[in-house]
Amino acid sequence: PAPGLLTIHEETHIYINLNETFPCVRLLNATHQIGCQSSLSGDVGVLHLLESEENLDWVLRTGPNPPYMVILESTLFTRPILMKLKNGSSRVAGVLAVQPTSNPPEGFSPHTSCPNENTGVYSETYGPSYAHCNVTMWNPLGTGISYEEFDFPIFSVKDDNDTEVIRRCYMEHNRAVNGSTPQYPLCAMQLMSHMAAVTDTATCMRRNAPTFSLAPDGVCDPLGDANIWASTKPLNSSTKGHKDGVSVLDSRSFFFDVAPGADSAATGLVALLAAASALHNATAELNRTILYTFFNGETFDYIGSSRMVYDMAKNDFTVDLDNIHSILEVGQVALGPDSRLWLHSDPVSKRNSSVNVEVQTLVSNLQAAAAGLNLSLGEPNVTQPLPPSSFQRFLLERPIPGVVIENHQTSFTNKYYQSMFDNAEYLKLNYPPNLTPEEQLELVTDSAKVATTVARGLYLQAGGELAQMSRIQADSELVSKMLYTFLVRVNNSWFDQLVKSDWTGNRPTNFYIGVTGQYFSEPALMVQCILANLTGSIANITEGNCQDKKMDKDENMNKDRDSFCVRSLVRQSKALSPAFELSEYTSKNYSTWAESRWSAIKGRIFLVASHDLEMLTLGVGVGVLLMSLLLTYIVSSKADILFSSGREPTNATY
Amino acid sequence: MTAAVFFGCTFIAFGPAIALFLFTIAREPLRVIFLIAGAFFWLVSLLLSSLVWFISVQISNKESAAQQKGLLIFGVVLSVLLQETFRFGYYKLLNCSDLHFTFSGLGFGFMSGAFSVVNILADSAGPGTVGIHGDSQHYFLSSAFMTMAIILLHMFWGVVFFDACEKRCWWAVGLVVVIHLVVSCLTFQNPDYTATLVPAYVILFGMGVWAFYTAGGSLRNIKLCLTCKDKDFLLSNHRPR
Repeated sequence: PAPGLLTIHEETHIYINLNETFPCVRLLNATHQIGCQSSLSGDVGVLHLLESEENLDWVLRTGPNPPYMVILESTLFTRPILMKLKNGSSRVAGVLAVQPTSNPPEGFSPHTSCPNENTGVYSETYGPSYAHCNVTMWNPLGTGISYEEFDFPIFSVKDDNDTEVIRRCYMEHNRAVNGSTPQYPLCAMQLMSHMAAVTDTATCMRRNAPTFSLAPDGVCDPLGDANIWASTKPLNSSTKGHKDGVSVLDSRSFFFDVAPGADSAATGLVALLAAASALHNATAELNRTILYTFFNGETFDYIGSSRMVYDMAKNDFTVDLDNIHSILEVGQVALGPDSRLWLHSDPVSKRNSSVNVEVQTLVSNLQAAAAGLNLSLGEPNVTQPLPPSSFQRFLLERPIPGVVIENHQTSFTNKYYQSMFDNAEYLKLNYPPNLTPEEQLELVTDSAKVATTVARGLYLQAGGELAQMSRIQADSELVSKMLYTFLVRVNNSWFDQLVKSDWTGNRPTNFYIGVTGQYFSEPALMVQCILANLTGSIANITEGNCQDKKMDKDENMNKDRDSFCVRSLVRQSKALSPAFELSEYTSKNYSTWAESRWSAIKGRIFLVASHDLEMLTLGVGVGVLLMSLLLTYIVSSKADILFSSGREPTNATY
Repeated sequence: MTAAVFFGCTFIAFGPAIALFLFTIAREPLRVIFLIAGAFFWLVSLLLSSLVWFISVQISNKESAAQQKGLLIFGVVLSVLLQETFRFGYYKLLNCSDLHFTFSGLGFGFMSGAFSVVNILADSAGPGTVGIHGDSQHYFLSSAFMTMAIILLHMFWGVVFFDACEKRCWWAVGLVVVIHLVVSCLTFQNPDYTATLVPAYVILFGMGVWAFYTAGGSLRNIKLCLTCKDKDFLLSNHRPR
């Protein structure tokens, strides 16, 4: 230890680091930047716990110690308050949003009220009266704050012990009692989330180029990942008339990497996966091939579907657009208490009578499929456009007949569309708390009605006989296990059997698409493994040979048992927007979303001293320095006199 | 606590030492060498005491707080004894004049101060100040003042130690060691900064007076300086070389 002073670890005595934070990051598209930004070394502000909207006055006008770091409880995390903070941002250093322990009952959706309105099929040239949600506002609860730009950091924290420490620090030091101003030292917080990219995608992609020496590592990355698709029979170029079962793989929320996506993604893809499993043994007799397609990135202006349609139109894909007979998309299918689902179709393409006939056949097949399942399927009784769905991107190229199955007739019934509250609790997946995770896994929570309907509908569409339909039944245990895996806990014994689990966590799946990179996102990997296991067959081949076979194979590893090789027809296709392939970063037709890069994201709380005390310390220091300079000069100039008694003058000793 | 506090504390801690360096040492290269040699000797003593400390911590029971505290006290005492041993070693090795010994004392002081306070200064440059766990706010200031005291004390100890060694006055050597031990152990009273700083400055003043007399000063000389009769004194006492 340094002698003279005890070595206290000053760092831990000054700062308390925030452990688990969820930041809001910057995303860019062709025209805008959205999300949050902090200064390079982080923003420091005095903590203030906002009590009500009127209390904002303290932060924005009257408070004596700006800038403030505002703590928002979940009831106050609303658009009006955030907009006011945005306008007064010179006095706002940042926002800390505390997650509630349960979903807010009135609903919350930070997404726009008309999702993907500029990249859907409806425009000035196609059904102009349906464009821009003129007929139906799909997401009426949408506040659009996910698409606003903030120049201060916004972090989200769970309401746990760490947050209690923050509240206590505020209560002890910062609370203004009866109108008196709080005294220094005050509790403060520093949030660091500096984003490298600015302005828009074109600017940041230009700065990515290696010739721009200031940022050699790049400043942003395009959003992208993989679509997962499979066919029921091996494909060759001559097969025609495929039935396409489509679902969505991704979701988002206001905060980075938080996307539970229960209704917006999981219900649809679980239904389609279970349908694929139910149809597995029946597809041999069908005369048409069924394709199962899971598109990634649909939340961000249809990244996956626009890419696949682009590849198909360029004849760059195994399947041609002309060979698709019809499309059945499974959208948000969480059943309400009345067990009703709605079949949406496109009114513009239905003006063509041949398309209309096909759509009506599809609708009646689906209604036949739902018979006897205690599930009512209906068509909306208003003439309205398709809801935001991947099917719209296909319609941009060809008038393919198709239907989108949703749980809402007009506007969404999902009160938490694209938010952190679209989770298992919203789907009422209630697991009794005294069950172990394994017991929760086994609990049958779903009747698999929707999956069975989808399976039977695809069967009939693909040429199956009505009489044989009843033997097609989706397994409710399978559906329950999949819902558990996606929405509660990825790391469980059922999923463990399918895939090596060192990348799975004890938490729900994160459905955020993320950036294109060497690793695929969690949902894409999971769907690929599950689909391969459900539609493939185990091949008796050793591990080494498994990789060598020409057809797309999946080799699945298992923790406890020996690894096994599965032969399946599951493939990945690139889900990167055509805008990045064509380098058209200002494209209006394709998604141009990119995510900024950053170096560090962290937060910490500490006490700050008053400015006066700091200046006093500096003054004392300068005073001491000047005094000692003066004294030393005097003493050294008079040294001969002062130190002369009984001593030789110093010069003589050299 | 930001740059203001960083510079303020740096000036407080190293102000007198910088002043001494500038006006007495910086002009003559030999003095600089002695200063650095002193610093080096102090570093070696710290290295040895750190080694012993490190080994004893490894073999100790990390769970027992009492044992760790005892180990800390043992470490401090050992470090002080080693520093003084190296001061003696410096004296034996270099056999120089008293003034150069002052500079080695300052070298000791510089290094000791640096090790005490650089860590703290680095933290003072950040946005936060001590206190979120309930500790006193004045940590930075009192550390800086303590460091200033220790740097000056090392210089005074250097002067007294040399003189005592020259005159074989071993009780004075022992007293220096004891005072060093007392000052180091004063820091165990932290965070009661008054109880640490006040005795430290009292001792500083006492050592200052002792060193002044040892170096050849006297009250008479001070009076002469202050009343500006120095020139006459020099003339009257001038001895031919």
